[in-house]
Amino acid sequence: MKSLFRPNEIADASILDDHRPLLRSLERRGLFRGGLSLGALAMLTGCDVKRPASIEAALLGISRFNDDVQALLFDPNKLAPTYPASMILRPPKFNAYYDVVDVKPVNGATWRLELSGRIADKQPWTLQDLQAMPQTSIVIKHICVEGWSYIGGWTGVRLRTFLERVGADLRAKYVAFKTTDNYPSSIDMASALHPQTLLALQYGGETLADPFGYPVRLRTAVKLGYKNPKWVTAIEVTNTYPGGYWESRGFPWFAGL
Amino acid sequence: MDQQEDRIAVASPGRVRAARRLHPVPIRIMHWINAAAMLIMITSGWGIYDDDVIIRGFHFGQFWRLGDWAAWSLNWHFAGMWFLAINGLVYLIYGFASGRFREKLLPIRPAEVVQTVVDTLQFKIAHEDITVYNAVQKLLYIVVISAGIAQVVTGLAIWKPVQFSGLVALLGGFQMARVLHFAGMAVIVGFVIVHVALALLVPRTLWAMVAGGPRLTPRAATEGSRRP
Repeated sequence: MKSLFRPNEIADASILDDHRPLLRSLERRGLFRGGLSLGALAMLTGCDVKRPASIEAALLGISRFNDDVQALLFDPNKLAPTYPASMILRPPKFNAYYDVVDVKPVNGATWRLELSGRIADKQPWTLQDLQAMPQTSIVIKHICVEGWSYIGGWTGVRLRTFLERVGADLRAKYVAFKTTDNYPSSIDMASALHPQTLLALQYGGETLADPFGYPVRLRTAVKLGYKNPKWVTAIEVTNTYPGGYWESRGFPWFAGL
Repeated sequence: MDQQEDRIAVASPGRVRAARRLHPVPIRIMHWINAAAMLIMITSGWGIYDDDVIIRGFHFGQFWRLGDWAAWSLNWHFAGMWFLAINGLVYLIYGFASGRFREKLLPIRPAEVVQTVVDTLQFKIAHEDITVYNAVQKLLYIVVISAGIAQVVTGLAIWKPVQFSGLVALLGGFQMARVLHFAGMAVIVGFVIVHVALALLVPRTLWAMVAGGPRLTPRAATEGSRRP
């Protein structure tokens, strides 16, 4: 019986011969692609099946939407609650992606703060330069994405004051940070200009200790703990999304409190 | 088509539309969206909890957690919250506007609650008529709806403790808000265990939440407090 799927007229077999080089290259491409898929599959075996790429993409899409919602919720004039100096935890809680014994102390005398991006005056800053700026003290709660929190007292230069001084484009989208511990980070301009966002030089009235970011770290009351890079060595003002250490591993970028 | 429907049609020939079912379509849709959203919120919440436990030594195992580590549990939680909150808000508006809450959940008489508890302890669980809730059921539904609202409020406090610092202070501080958020989860999980167990014991109720259940007679539709 004639198959339903067989055409009534058989195609001229010479067509195959005419296009043989093309067919062969297609086959080769298929093999190459198959090899790639197999390689990808092999790599997946070390991974979990709980997080397929499509679900990961959907969750990251919602996370970016949440970044926008958080930016809308952010009130630039809303101050975080502050506390009396007697409530400051001494020493503060250490937290990083590595253990405290692996902290590499920074030499304050040779330390320089490099500036780049949409900034008029890109001259590097010394620690003395920053110490000569007006200093602000705040006693605020540090809230970690994990759930723990503590009250800390920070003194330093308002990031807004600093950005104004160096002639940064205050309408740019992002302020990005580089650190000596390879912990890139970035925040939105509105949070950078918040009065409780500091380039902190002191904790509890004393020079920052090595594990907590000496000589300079970012300390902002309007972001989760992981948005506070320590040992800052470079600041960039940019309109290009800079990301960050934990952000590239799936954590939300905005992370506003 | 059941016989009851035919009878109603004969009894009230003026009405073109058939009597509504125990669970109208919007309720059924919202129930199952809520079930999925709750499952996501609870299991992803366990993943977030494990990063910094509230009860020392108490962790949820990997099997129970949604998200292979904290970042993804967090992303699930912050995605699920939209479904839970928006669906819940529509449900509340519908429940009040349609009169369903008043009809199904009120009144609750303390004596009835006590009597139902006594009956239940003696294994006299009456479920001939699944269209009417007993006093304990009414109470439990009110508790779990309230817990759902409380979860959104405490969740908002934990998510935005600076923007909603007044709310955080009202709840007794950030760490207290976390504890309340955890306690709310425990209440909901407790409800879910009882709710699912009873639905499996009386499968008609489970099917009713899929197909709509029996059509209500005009009497049953208006007389919520009727007891067999």
